[in-house]
Amino acid sequence: MAKFEPVLFARINKPDSTSLTTYKADGGYARIKEFLSMAPGDVTNLVKDAGLRGRGGAGFPCGLKWTFLPKDHPGPIYLCINADESEPGTFNNRILMEKDPHQLIEGIIIACHAIRSSNAYLYLRYEYGRSYRVLDAAIKECYAAGLLGKNLLGTGVNLDIVLHRGAGAYICGEETGLIESLEGKRAWPRIKPPFPAIEGLFRQPTIVNNVETLCCVTQILYRGGAWFKSIGVPPDPSNPRDPGSYGPKLYCISGHVNKPCCVELPLGVTARELIEEHAGGVWKGRKAKAVVPGGISMGFLSDKELDTKLDFAGPGKVGCLGLGTAAVVVIDDQTSMVDVLFNCCRFMSHESCGQCTPCREGTAWMTKILTRIRIGQGRIEDLDLLMEVAGSMGIIPGTTICGLSDGAAWPVKNAISKFRGDFEEYIISKRATETSAQKLMEVH
Amino acid sequence: MSALSEEIRERIRQEFPKYPNKRAVTLPALHIVHDAMRAVSTDAIIGIAELLELHPAEVHDTMSFYNFFKDEKHALGNHRIWVCRSISCMLRGGEEVLEKVCNKFHVHPGQTSANGKVTLEFAECLGACEGAPCILVDDECHMDMNAESVSALIEKL
Repeated sequence: MAKFEPVLFARINKPDSTSLTTYKADGGYARIKEFLSMAPGDVTNLVKDAGLRGRGGAGFPCGLKWTFLPKDHPGPIYLCINADESEPGTFNNRILMEKDPHQLIEGIIIACHAIRSSNAYLYLRYEYGRSYRVLDAAIKECYAAGLLGKNLLGTGVNLDIVLHRGAGAYICGEETGLIESLEGKRAWPRIKPPFPAIEGLFRQPTIVNNVETLCCVTQILYRGGAWFKSIGVPPDPSNPRDPGSYGPKLYCISGHVNKPCCVELPLGVTARELIEEHAGGVWKGRKAKAVVPGGISMGFLSDKELDTKLDFAGPGKVGCLGLGTAAVVVIDDQTSMVDVLFNCCRFMSHESCGQCTPCREGTAWMTKILTRIRIGQGRIEDLDLLMEVAGSMGIIPGTTICGLSDGAAWPVKNAISKFRGDFEEYIISKRATETSAQKLMEVH
Repeated sequence: MSALSEEIRERIRQEFPKYPNKRAVTLPALHIVHDAMRAVSTDAIIGIAELLELHPAEVHDTMSFYNFFKDEKHALGNHRIWVCRSISCMLRGGEEVLEKVCNKFHVHPGQTSANGKVTLEFAECLGACEGAPCILVDDECHMDMNAESVSALIEKL
C-alpha cells in the first residue's frame, strides 16, 4: 500500500508552524471569504455528504448533528469546542492545538458559519498549558488580522472565540458535563433529551464538536467531500445502520511499544499494523497480550484480535465498546491484566462525577474488589461479582445519565471474559504485587 | 472588606464580557484567585460570590467538585508537580518516578513539602502518552521521565 500523506498533521513538523504567517503561506485562510459567502446550509451539506463522523469518541455524524439545530432560532447559537481530551492514552488533540492552532481556528470559523453562531467557547483542559499559550496567541493574531471579531474580513460575519480553561475533571469531556462546567457549575451531565442542539449552553441551541473533528472540517472545505470519502472504509452493506468510516484519523499508540507516537492514517488500519509498522513493535522483543483499541473505556482486544480493523465498526465486532478516541495502548505479555484493570477501575472511580448511583458505587466497588485481589485476598467468585456489577451500570442497561459508566464497565467485562485465566491464576497464587510506590498511589 | 485585592477583582470583572451571565465566570475567577493566592479561602469564596452575584455556597459547590482548587488549610507550595498515574505511564514506570518525587520531598501525594517549595499530586492521564511516563510542573509538561531525569528536573526548581 502506498504511504499515506498526512493531511491533518501535514504542518506539525514545520518550523514556526503555529504562526499565522506560516499558516497563510501554506494556503491557510486563503479561501475563508469564499466559504463565508456560501449559504450555511450548503456548508452543512458538504460536511454531511463527506461522511465526517465525530472524532471525540462517539462517532456521531457531524453534519447531521448540525442539522438538529432549530431553524430561525431568535437567540444566540453556541459552538463549544471540546478540547477536554482526557481519555487515558489519548493525545492527538494536544498535538493539533500545540502545532497547528490555525487549522483548528479555521475549522471553528467555518463551523460557526454553518451553524449561524457568533460565539464559540473552546473548553480546554487545564493540564494543557502549552496548548493554552499557543491558542491564546493564535486567537490574538486572528483578532489583529480581522479573522475574528466584528465583520470578519468585511464579510458581515461576527465571531468571538473564548478560551475557557477547565479544572481537571474527565467528565467535562461529556458534552453536557462540559456545558454545565462552562456555565460555572459542577460538571454533572444532563439528562437527554433535550440534546444540546435544542437546549445547550445557557439554555440556547448548542453544538459541541471535538478538536480533530473541526480540523477535518477545514480539510473537507479545501479538498472537498469526495476527497474525504475516498479515504477510509465504506459502509458495511450487511448493516444498513453503518454510515461508514471515512477520512483520515489520528491514531495514538502508547504503552509497551518501542516508539510511542501519534500517526495519521486512513480509518480502518489494524491494531497489528499500527504496532508493527508505526510504533516499532512491542518493546523488549515481547509479544502483546492485550491492546486497548480506543482509550480505556472501549475495553481490550486480545492477542487473537489484533487484526481487527480500527474503524468505527471494527472494535464492536470483537466485543469492545467502539473505536472511541482511537487511542491504542499496548500491554505486553509480562504484565498482569489484574494490574491493568485495577488501573482502569481506579481511574473511573476517581472520575465518576457521583451523580448516578450505579456509576458512583459501581466504580468504587469494582476498584475495591480489585484491590482485594491485588493484596492476595481475592476469591474466584469475585470475578462473577465484578461481571455482575459491570453489567448493572451504564446507558446500555439504562441506569445512568451518561456513558462514563459504560466506559467504566467495558474494560471489566472485556478483561474478565477475554483474560479470565490471568485473574484466576492471580487469585489462586495470591500473588502480591504491591511496591511501595503502588501503595502510595492507592492513597487516593 | 473583600479578601480579594482590587487588582484581582478587576481581573475577574474583565472576564464578564466574555459570557452572557456572571455565573459562567466561576471557573475563570477561581483560577485567577487560586493562581495569585495559592489557595481559595472561605473569605475569597465570599469575595468571588459577591462579584458574581451568587451565594457563596454556589461558588463552593463548583469549587469543591474540581479537585484542582485548594482551600486555605491546604495552600499550594511554590510549585505543583503532578505525576501521571494512568495506564500509559503506569505501563512504563510511572511508579518509580512517583516514588522518586515522594522521597525527594518527603511527602505523600496531596501534600506540600515542609519548606513550602513543592506540592505533589497524582494526575490522571496528562495526554502526553507518547512521552510516558510524564509529569506536569505547574502547567508545563515534561516527558520521558525516569528516576534520573526527574531528579535533575526537581533539582532545578
